[in-house]
Amino acid sequence: MKTRSLLTDIGRSLLNALWFMILLFPLMVMKVNVTMGVAKVDFRWGNLPLVGIAAFVLSFVWKIALDWNERRGGKAQSNSGFGAAKARLSEYFAKPAIRKSSILALMAFAIAYPFLFGMYHTNVMITAFIYVILGLGLNIVVGLGGLLNLGYAAFFGVGAYTYGLMWKYVGPSFVSAGINTGWLFWISLPLAGIVATLFGVLLSLPVLRLRGDYLAIITLAFGEIFRMVMQNSSDITGGATGISLIPRPWFFNQKLPPIKAATYIYFIAFVLVIITIFVVRRIEDSKVGRALEAMREDEIACQAMGVNLVKNKLITFALGAFWAGMAGVLMAAQTTYINPDSFTLWESIIILMAVVIGGTGSIPGVIGGAILLKLLPEYFRALAQYRMLIYGIAMILVIIFKPDGLIPRRRKQYTFERKEAAK
Amino acid sequence: MALLELKDISTFYGNIQALKGISISVDEGEIVTLIGANGAGKTTTLMSICGITPIRGGAIFLNGKEISKMSPNKIVQMGVSQVPEGRRIFPQLTVSENLDMGAFLRSDKEGIKRDIEEVFSIFPRLAERRNQLGGTLSGGEQQMLAVSRALMANPHLLLLDEPSLGLAPLVVQNIFEVIQKINKERKTTVLLVEQNANMALKIANKGYVLQNGLIKMSDTAERLLENEEVRKAYLGL
Ligand SMILES: Nc1ncnc2c1ncn2[C@@H]1O[C@H](COP(=O)(O)OP(=O)(O)O)[C@@H](O)[C@H]1O
Ligand SMILES: [Mg+2]
Repeated sequence: MKTRSLLTDIGRSLLNALWFMILLFPLMVMKVNVTMGVAKVDFRWGNLPLVGIAAFVLSFVWKIALDWNERRGGKAQSNSGFGAAKARLSEYFAKPAIRKSSILALMAFAIAYPFLFGMYHTNVMITAFIYVILGLGLNIVVGLGGLLNLGYAAFFGVGAYTYGLMWKYVGPSFVSAGINTGWLFWISLPLAGIVATLFGVLLSLPVLRLRGDYLAIITLAFGEIFRMVMQNSSDITGGATGISLIPRPWFFNQKLPPIKAATYIYFIAFVLVIITIFVVRRIEDSKVGRALEAMREDEIACQAMGVNLVKNKLITFALGAFWAGMAGVLMAAQTTYINPDSFTLWESIIILMAVVIGGTGSIPGVIGGAILLKLLPEYFRALAQYRMLIYGIAMILVIIFKPDGLIPRRRKQYTFERKEAAK
Repeated sequence: MALLELKDISTFYGNIQALKGISISVDEGEIVTLIGANGAGKTTTLMSICGITPIRGGAIFLNGKEISKMSPNKIVQMGVSQVPEGRRIFPQLTVSENLDMGAFLRSDKEGIKRDIEEVFSIFPRLAERRNQLGGTLSGGEQQMLAVSRALMANPHLLLLDEPSLGLAPLVVQNIFEVIQKINKERKTTVLLVEQNANMALKIANKGYVLQNGLIKMSDTAERLLENEEVRKAYLGL
């Protein structure tokens, strides 16, 4: 019985591998080369076994994991020492005093961070902060509104390009007028938020009536269209070469040397993260947030309650886009260079993974997920090549074993107690 | 003038015509029931009134004002509230949060608080479970929640879609008593869709029999209860 199921698993996985080889053939094996106006198809046969093996292994791991999970679920939740310790730990952290002091300790650590560690680590942490903002923004759309957005990186790009283009077109007149170009950052930050919000509204218009797969495809297409437009309008955006020498923000009237600028951007990012957390929490607790959550659960019931779905979805996309726009400005200021390659589908997927792995809808989860996904590849350079593969496997494992993410959303979930009723 | 007036409405799902021109009129303060077999178009009728499945022909009037082309949220704003088929409570929201959703369009905090207390006094079981997730309630409790949620909109006209579906007889009894009570005490007009024709006709003033998207019969509830055809087809007698 056991071996037979193993054999069928292997058989199924082989079949899946075959399917993947056929489906991915045009993408992974055929490559069209245009030389001197003549298109020639190159067949990269070497890729074929790789696709097959990868698909087989993944499919097999997936099956085994599913199986294991099922057996684990079958056994009544055995409360091992580990489970008890975890329960005690979370109880411990639920105490307001301890919560407060641990948050304060964390804040103190974050403030000391750039002074304790060097510029390299500060820069890595800035990137992580940017992803935290992106994750929290996307979480409004995905976690709260339940709308899948695979083009989220485009809003990030809109923000970055807002700053880039401001620098490219408004910057020179600042210089000639003798105005400090450091102000551009502070003008671009809210402006990028607004521009990205407008794009969010723009995108939400065609997708208002869509859900699920269709929504995913349309948003994906939007992301790609944005990237291609940036790539192909070289006159305006610099095309594939992008925009460079974007100024870092100045400290009042003072241009900072790179090390100090990194610290400065670090603190700007830190403050933005705090503001984002604050605002997102307010949104969650607001009437609109409640309606978004309800919309995710049942659209028809929402309509019967008088919720305007169109308006709600618009707000969702707009709010999500706003934070991405601001994050884009931070990113442009940090790297001082932007090009369309920073805003690919992969970027959208990584942000989505941060949300899903961390815990959809959970603010600490999303923060943890974003930091994890950004820091790990920085400190495990050797594995950077396999980053997407590892992320993919991690995501599959999380979906199977911890479907609510690593730090799941904590809902006020009291259950009815008979004792209380008797009183 | 009737509070609610459907005039020859027809509703489609794609090319399928679910309502083939039906007219219903509900007077202020009445309980009117709409009975019919599965697939007759009862749910579609309520959804059409709410504007969730917009009508393609005919017209709907509320208090003499045409609401056929209004969006669902406008219609709710005008005092129409629905307990949808299958309850459709929000499973991941607590009982209190579900009730808050019912009051979504209201902003009178005091009034909302008062109404929450009122529905809790109608359904004490909900008060005990106010912090429990909607999805963890039993079927009967979910129905109570669905009714309470609709009441939180402080409706003028309450639409109920098969509130007895899948519930134990005792719970059904309780729900029907509450419907009557709401109608009497709050002066809420009720349009009640039911397959449980017997119970529905017992508390209603007037009834309509719907068959294949058409109104087959309409009369006072007493006379429908005595009608041979109705007794055979819908009361199983
Ligand atoms: N979403 C839908 N799409 C297509 N047809 C539907 C849909 N909902 C209902 N119908 C059809 O419309 C008719 C009326 O359905 P409904 O109003 O649900 O009936 P009832 O509530 O009386 O059981 C049925 O023939 C049903 O198949
Ligand atoms: Mg129905």
